[in-house]
Amino acid sequence: MRLDRRLLLVMAAAGLVMAGWLGATLALLWFTLEPDQRELAGKLLGPRLALLGMSWAVAFALAAAGLRALWRTYVNRPARLLEETRVLLAATGAQQLNARGSREMRALGEAINALAAQRDLLREDMARQVTQASQRVQQEKNRLSALMAELTQSVVVCNLDGRILLYNNRARLQLREFSQMPELVAGAELIGIGRSIYAVFDRQMVAHALENIHQRMVRGAASPSTQFVTTTPSGQLLRVQMAPVRPGKTDADDIDAFSGFVLMLDNVTRNFEQESLRDRLLYGLTEGSRSSLASMQAALDMLGYADIEPEMRERFMRVLREELTAMSGRITDLVQHSTQGLKTRWPLEEMLGSDLVTAARRQIEVYCARSVTVDSVDESLWLKVESFSLLQALTYLSSRLVDEFEVKFMRLRLQAAGPRAQLDLIWTGHAMSTETVMTWEMDPMRFGAESLPLTVRDVVERHGGEMWFERERVRHEAFFRFLLPLATAQERLEATELSQSDSRPEYYDFDLFQTSTQGSELDDQLLSELSYTVFDTETTGLNPSDGDEIIQIGAARIVNGKLLRQETFEQLVDPQRLIPTASSEIHGITQAMVVGKPAIGAVLPALHAFARDTVLVAHNAAFDMKFLQLKEASTGVAFHQPVLDTLLLSAVVHPNQESHQLETLAEGFNITLQGRHTAMGDAIVTAEVWLRLIPLLAAMGIRTLRQARQAAQETYYARLKY
Amino acid sequence: MSKKILVADDEPNIVISLEYLLKREGYSVQVARDGKEALDVIARERPDLVLLDVMMPIKTGFEVCQAVRANEGLQGTKILMLTAKGRDTDVAKGTALGADDYMTKPFSTRELVEKVAKLLGGLP
Repeated sequence: MRLDRRLLLVMAAAGLVMAGWLGATLALLWFTLEPDQRELAGKLLGPRLALLGMSWAVAFALAAAGLRALWRTYVNRPARLLEETRVLLAATGAQQLNARGSREMRALGEAINALAAQRDLLREDMARQVTQASQRVQQEKNRLSALMAELTQSVVVCNLDGRILLYNNRARLQLREFSQMPELVAGAELIGIGRSIYAVFDRQMVAHALENIHQRMVRGAASPSTQFVTTTPSGQLLRVQMAPVRPGKTDADDIDAFSGFVLMLDNVTRNFEQESLRDRLLYGLTEGSRSSLASMQAALDMLGYADIEPEMRERFMRVLREELTAMSGRITDLVQHSTQGLKTRWPLEEMLGSDLVTAARRQIEVYCARSVTVDSVDESLWLKVESFSLLQALTYLSSRLVDEFEVKFMRLRLQAAGPRAQLDLIWTGHAMSTETVMTWEMDPMRFGAESLPLTVRDVVERHGGEMWFERERVRHEAFFRFLLPLATAQERLEATELSQSDSRPEYYDFDLFQTSTQGSELDDQLLSELSYTVFDTETTGLNPSDGDEIIQIGAARIVNGKLLRQETFEQLVDPQRLIPTASSEIHGITQAMVVGKPAIGAVLPALHAFARDTVLVAHNAAFDMKFLQLKEASTGVAFHQPVLDTLLLSAVVHPNQESHQLETLAEGFNITLQGRHTAMGDAIVTAEVWLRLIPLLAAMGIRTLRQARQAAQETYYARLKY
Repeated sequence: MSKKILVADDEPNIVISLEYLLKREGYSVQVARDGKEALDVIARERPDLVLLDVMMPIKTGFEVCQAVRANEGLQGTKILMLTAKGRDTDVAKGTALGADDYMTKPFSTRELVEKVAKLLGGLP
């Protein structure tokens, strides 16, 4: 075992002290002796000096051994404890140190263990709290996106650059009105995460609204929102309400700062039309009636002259008759329109007719304990109803049938009837008098002991509908018939799309609040921060220069490092030539499938709009780009965006791999293949591959678009030309 | 010579009564069915008074009134506006544009005759 230098020094000092003590004792004795005694002592000790030295040596050895034992206990042990404590300090999991030595040392060891245990406990607690907090945040995000999806109002949230951070499905449907190519991209080129809202709304108009908000905030308004009305290209009126998104912290200096804005959109075309109708009716009532009355009054005054000629008398009488007819016509008009325009004040909702019938059947069965069957239902009917009160009315009528006429079975039937739908509640057997029906119609609806302030008549009138009772004597049947309003085509479309799409996440990305792309060139931006349009084409063959054509295009977007699976572009294209059977075997697209599809000239402008402000990404991009470039002259659409090729960039990352085929890459990255050799499926896989290549490139120092393009150019594959 | 009155209204059923009434009162009556025709008749016949309906096709009564007042040579022409709107804003506008008086439809013919007589200085 190696001796500590400090221990050696201590030992040497102890040896010197012992030697000094021996010498001093001898010198003291020497001075107390008489001269003759000194001579005698000299004679006695002189030959025995060696013995004296040996005695010192033995004593020194004993002292050294003692010192060493003490050193080990009071210096080495604490040092070891220190090392163990340091290990404990760095440890991530629970650990204990094992202290030996003196009582104090053991106590110290235990105290350190207790401290460590306490720290571990706190650490676990902290970790648990962090997990819980992030779970809560995630839950809140999910709740928010669910809420947004279900909202009946259209909502779009933008950052100050006008980039969209969040939108709901209804907003997408509404802004589709602004699309120049609604049937091709359905507004996906306009509304999407990271896209600019200025593609939809005039920049000046939005800037003006923002300025308004700013002024209101400066004045200290509690809710500084503003609104404007704009028209869509198809002539729809959209009311846009704008409110600021303020940073969470309430910093006194930042009181008028905001990080973005919320737009709430409302299609007010129908309100506007209804208001115009109301205006016209009102005009008819006031000015029209005044004119008629004026003519009648004047004619009547003339008839009052005793000396009036007979032919003039007849003329004035005719004026009276004509104006009377005009007045009553006006009143008839008013009554007819008022049921649609003036009275329908209940918020009616679009609802699939068959859903209403199913709900009615269930409710009547539960409440009346009778079996109800569904006779015939027109599945295509979309109603505009207040379903709750309508179901109440149906259930109430059924309950009276059961209670007062002991009806056992009932049936429901829903059919179209011109501009309306007719919903019948049918029963067999007893038919009551018209007076009875009248009472049922006008009585407040009762359910057990509970009586509602509403009558069946109220419900029917608020729907602008009608209801009556009919008998079919031959079939020994009777029924109540409800005439109900139908939803308009636009409402129906929106309701269908809302119910079909599973509108969830991906509709928001609040990280974009932080992003500002103003003034920075694409080339110097980080690959991880760019927006991409990843696309793929299916073609009739491999030689674009020899007349092969695109037959399908699929494209997906990557924004802020996330693949947006819900913002996609997929389109079959009529190649206007035969599709060779050999190619059909690969992509599965046959001649029959492209019949009636748009030609490439109509599709490329849509793709171009979809890919605006993004970098294009494709696997073996040179091939797809060649097809696009050959169409430049005929379509007038040129893709000047930067292009990245996952095949080339894979070769940059893995220079020693033999294959850089999409399947091989997907397998290497553990990506599940879906719909291989459909344009959309391949575009999605390519996007997944690209997302995994970005960090690998970054590890090689390739971080910006410029670096990636240079690296791609330098690879061997870049020299292949199609 | 009797005073000349132009009745400008697109409603034939009121025009026939007004024409009959004013002729009985001894005025010479012209008729116009729209604003443009009214201006033509005014320029040609130089009536002493125009019974001018506000809501007329081609040119409204307001426009006709404005055009008449803008013409130096027609300063003596009296204008009595007839309006079915009955809103005070219309009255204010008509007065501002230079109408001498106004009546809201429906009106009593006696009152009309009185107003016409007053505007024309009491004599047919």
